[in-house]
Amino acid sequence: MSFESLILFKCYLITAPVLFVIGIYAIGTTRNIIAMIIGLEIMTKGVTVLLAAAGYFNGKPQIVEPLIITMIVVEVVILTISAAYIINIVKKHDSLDTHNINKLKG
Amino acid sequence: MTISLIFVPIILVILLNIPRLSGKAAYYAALAFFAWQFLSVFFPFLGSQQIADLISKFFNLNVYADGISKIMIISAAITAFVSLITSKVFAKRDSRLFALSNLMLLAAAGINGLVFARDLFTMYVFIEVIAVASYILIAIDKKDGALEGGFKYLIISSVATVMMLFSAALFFLVAGSTGFAEISLAVKDFGANPLVSAATMLFITALLIKGGIIPFHAWLSGAYAEAPAGVSVFLGGIITKTTGIFTLIRFFYSVVGFSENIKTVLLIAGSLSIVIGALIAVTQKDFKRVLAYSSISQVGYIVLALGAGTALGIGAALFHVFNHAVFKSLLFVNSASVEKETGRLDIDSFGGLGYKMPITSGTAAIAFLSAAGIPPFSGFWSKLLIILALWSANCKGFAVLAVLASLFTMAYFLNLQKKVFFGELNAQLEDVREAPLALTLPAMFLCALTIGAGLLFPYVLRLLIFPAVGIV
Amino acid sequence: MDLMYVHILLLALLVIFSVLAAVNLRIIRAAILLATVSLVTTFILFALKTPLAAIFELSVCAGLITVIFISVISLTNPLTREERADEKTKMFKRAVLLPVIVLVCGGAFYMLTKGVDFIPVAAGAVSKPEQGGMWNMRQLDLVGQVIIILAGVFGVAALFKDNKDDGGEK
Repeated sequence: MSFESLILFKCYLITAPVLFVIGIYAIGTTRNIIAMIIGLEIMTKGVTVLLAAAGYFNGKPQIVEPLIITMIVVEVVILTISAAYIINIVKKHDSLDTHNINKLKG
Repeated sequence: MTISLIFVPIILVILLNIPRLSGKAAYYAALAFFAWQFLSVFFPFLGSQQIADLISKFFNLNVYADGISKIMIISAAITAFVSLITSKVFAKRDSRLFALSNLMLLAAAGINGLVFARDLFTMYVFIEVIAVASYILIAIDKKDGALEGGFKYLIISSVATVMMLFSAALFFLVAGSTGFAEISLAVKDFGANPLVSAATMLFITALLIKGGIIPFHAWLSGAYAEAPAGVSVFLGGIITKTTGIFTLIRFFYSVVGFSENIKTVLLIAGSLSIVIGALIAVTQKDFKRVLAYSSISQVGYIVLALGAGTALGIGAALFHVFNHAVFKSLLFVNSASVEKETGRLDIDSFGGLGYKMPITSGTAAIAFLSAAGIPPFSGFWSKLLIILALWSANCKGFAVLAVLASLFTMAYFLNLQKKVFFGELNAQLEDVREAPLALTLPAMFLCALTIGAGLLFPYVLRLLIFPAVGIV
Repeated sequence: MDLMYVHILLLALLVIFSVLAAVNLRIIRAAILLATVSLVTTFILFALKTPLAAIFELSVCAGLITVIFISVISLTNPLTREERADEKTKMFKRAVLLPVIVLVCGGAFYMLTKGVDFIPVAAGAVSKPEQGGMWNMRQLDLVGQVIIILAGVFGVAALFKDNKDDGGEK
């Protein structure tokens, strides 16, 4: 039993940072500001999974539950603010492309 | 004292909004709260103790105030007070003033929550509170540059937050809780475990990003320089210091302790920031960008002091956080005065403003001298403490570097002072007048604080700094 | 043993959908793929014995956040044709590069976890829930949530409101 859960535990320990890398890649390579936020969301999913796994493999899932719920609430607020930013940026520049946004700053 | 400083701003915000009061009312309520926050550190019987007793009958909150929190509360109260006064000069409409006052109250509640927290995850929640409030404050005028700088700040800061959460999850895995006490026990037990070292490294990296230390400074100048004038005071004076530097101090002081590797990382990151921040500051053409890069350089000093790893080093870092909050707020207020009177901030287009704006020029000079570490201003004493801490911790090379880097500080500030305030009066600036009283009064107040803390430094050290880090 | 395969399958799906969401150039499709990632996360949270968090994830992340994304996307113009053509040349590169990066990183993290000597408690062994509810320990977090929601309300009010006025002022 313990061996099996050790393998499972390592699977989670590998997956969560991989999601972080995917998110960083998505943010770093795109020029579209909405896609950046999507990259951020992918990273957050990685953290959610790791937190839940931390509770599960520690035998204390009830304790991480409020942490995950708090995290989701915070995430929604951040996302709403970034949506407000995006809409204001698009109103000013009529583009989602970071190159155009930087160019017009000039 | 602790709980009431978190609850009172929330109650104030709700009271101000249920019958939607005017912006003026919100402004005075917020100012009164900041003044009360400052006073309640020294006089807890002025209401804060009673309110805290009342609240603790209903809630079971895991908060704790120590000397470190007190220093942060004082710095936050001073900065928020001055920043709100500065913002009012620029707020054209009543609704803008209303939103600003409410958001600053909420940000102050976030800062107070952060400094009293005893749990890694609670710290994350309050860091996000402060971050959300500052994203909104930066973009509140919806200027092009502010939106762009704010968006960059949002992305980079959120990545740092995710790293912090990763680290919290790993600590939870090892310790079974995110409380400071449990984590520090687990770190003692499983110190060599790769999970613990990964979590520690992730946490430090996240906080260095939030503090704008050199390899991660890309977001800082945009956010500082493009924010509205009053908000720059708040951002530059306290926000990055609480979310980045204070959390770092708390993390080392209360949670994990110092190891040799961590000290090396901090020393190198700090000295890089000091030197490179100062070098970039010399080349900048925008008043607020010079101040932003100078912030990076000064935060470098704080991190360097932490790198000493001793109680004296932490005390020096805290003292410098306080001094930096005072003199950087003062400089941002001065930049706001210049912006208000001339409408621009390009330093090459000025010259001789000192004849027209003697108070602004004089207070700016004092702030520069304090930042560069000239006695008797308070900046001198904190830099002296930093150098002493480094020297006694056997980091003599870094101590010498800290002394030499003060010359860089002098260089960029002299450059700024010369181009803006001294020299021949530019013909276009003939009809510039001194800034309104609403800007010169806060400047003089901060200036008095710099001089006062410098002259009374034995008392400041003995009453605030040394008790905070346990030096008798 | 069966349970273990379910976990691993879900994790594999999570990575695959995340990669697809990250490389997709049509933002609307990326947003829908992100909702799928949330859905998979929901199942993972159920499997990890945190059902309340799973329900939150489903309703808020898969539901509300997708709605926000799609409304933002429909309020903004998509990329122009030139930009899209420009991106399309990169799409192939990205679609190949990211899985390679994922594999390399996965391998690297696998090597790193070899040194981990943490012994997890047996899967499924759950300590008894404390009496009095899970939020008792976390009341300060709740206060933080209240503040952040208030700040968010002000943000929406300040950043979405009177856009026309400000445009005229400038």
